[in-house]
Amino acid sequence: MTMIEKILARASGSDHVTVGDVVVCEVDMTVLIDLQFAMMWPPPTRIADADRLAVIMDHAVPAPTVSDADGGVRARAFVREFGVERFFDVGRHGICHQVIAENGLARPGEILTCTDSHTCAGGAYNTAARGLGPAEVYSIMCTGKTWFQVAPTIRYDLVGTKPDVISGKDIFLHVAGAYGDATNHNLEFGGPGLASVPMNDRRTIATQGAEVSADFSTFPVDELCRDFLDAHTDRPYEPADSDPDATYAARREVDLSALEPYVARPGRVADNAVPVSQIDQRKVDQCFIGSCANGQLEDLEIAAGVLRGRKVADGVRLIVTPASQAVYNQAVKAGYVEALSDAGAIVTNSTCGACFGYHMGLLGAGEVCLTASTRNFKGRMGSPDAEIYMASPRTVAAAAIAGHIVDPREVTA
Amino acid sequence: MEHVVEGRAWVFGDSVDTDNMYPGFAMKLPIEEAAKHVFYDLRPGWTDEVQAGDIVIAGRNFGIGSSRPVAELFKALGVAALVADEFNSLFYRNAINFGLPAIAIPGVSAAVPDEAPVRLDIRAGTIQTLDGAVSLQGAPLPDFVWDIVAQGGVFKKLVADGYVRTDSS
Repeated sequence: MTMIEKILARASGSDHVTVGDVVVCEVDMTVLIDLQFAMMWPPPTRIADADRLAVIMDHAVPAPTVSDADGGVRARAFVREFGVERFFDVGRHGICHQVIAENGLARPGEILTCTDSHTCAGGAYNTAARGLGPAEVYSIMCTGKTWFQVAPTIRYDLVGTKPDVISGKDIFLHVAGAYGDATNHNLEFGGPGLASVPMNDRRTIATQGAEVSADFSTFPVDELCRDFLDAHTDRPYEPADSDPDATYAARREVDLSALEPYVARPGRVADNAVPVSQIDQRKVDQCFIGSCANGQLEDLEIAAGVLRGRKVADGVRLIVTPASQAVYNQAVKAGYVEALSDAGAIVTNSTCGACFGYHMGLLGAGEVCLTASTRNFKGRMGSPDAEIYMASPRTVAAAAIAGHIVDPREVTA
Repeated sequence: MEHVVEGRAWVFGDSVDTDNMYPGFAMKLPIEEAAKHVFYDLRPGWTDEVQAGDIVIAGRNFGIGSSRPVAELFKALGVAALVADEFNSLFYRNAINFGLPAIAIPGVSAAVPDEAPVRLDIRAGTIQTLDGAVSLQGAPLPDFVWDIVAQGGVFKKLVADGYVRTDSS
């Protein structure tokens, strides 16, 4: 069995599952986000288990509308009434996938669900994690269960050593550009090259599985992953690695040592990403580094490293959003915020805001944005007449200095 | 729920994403208002033309993107069902869990002409144009999926099972 098949078999009490099977599973952890309380919240009469639930304020914080503020009121009343201890209110909040990671809520071999499409981020920790709609997440909150249909899995074997200049974003964009979407498939990553890919990059890759339309996106538990989990969870866990005779829909090798910095053109990432060297030096109006995919401490460290002692170009806005309040605090203490701010960047509070064009940093008609976030759909970050390119935090920071899309090796050399 | 529906087909292409159907700015609006912005950029004015009972057809990878409840907007517009060559699985689950039928019928987006009147059998997974020129068969809807759709979505079942407080909104 593949990793996902193993986890779904375990969670449904089966010895074995195969592609096409429909299984009913106990869900180990369910995360409710602020939007659920703002957009769809008749209070429940009872819930399955407050200990398998977390509530995280992330998409619209601090509340930009009265409707969002009312959602916060409902969320706070709910956690009080039902004794939900894992409540991450504004001030100890963050983008849910970051908070999930910091608090060890995505655990190897377990199932995690949440009302955000990038919940597949948890796959970095060998978790069967995926986004589901608000009605289904509400249902899981009530019953503790849901169903899955076992999808075929595409396996990526990473070989070679990742160069320092290459990040998880570049690896993902390479895969999306070379192989296109993976609709109704799972992604599984492994291979000897994985040892050179740190946990933050794995989470970027797992997060972006949603951008190629994959169901689940998982990594094995290796030494790096164990080190991370040792620091973030104190309960024992049971990893689910794939069997040597697992069946895959496709098996593809990625030579990390041969990768260059990548960029996705506007609209989508699948079949639409190329090495930076292959596109025109497009002038940029706004640069963004943030989101569950790229607002991690390591992303801010890279951006600060590129920007320290340099200046954001005239006519360019650089917005940096830490993925959580904890990341924000760490970035302050490490001097990253100062370096970014001195260079002319705006460092915001942690929120999903700019990434989904809901609040802060929207784009006007005719503007060009280079983003290190999750999604480059038309209209995603504001006007449908703006263009959204996507790249790694390093490439975005370099573009902010140059004023146009550029290979970061040319700026930092 | 009727499992055979007839209506006008509105045909869209591949990889139609959720931001195109439920843009970020519309998330600040009540459902009825937000529904006026479905396909706001892809097909401006469509929400004035669509009528109750109409069917939205798309190509591959329909609904890539977020978990925002697009189905609620389609239902507010009276759309009877979604049909696509292939659905993104989150979008598919989101539709049926809100009680909006979603049926995968490979080849449908190329075969059915835009605005053609069609007959769709949700349970059998078949679609025909009323002029008889096109007739396609997809996979029949699994019984448990039909049950979710027929009861109006998972939420209706939770209400029936007493999980939802009905004395407040």
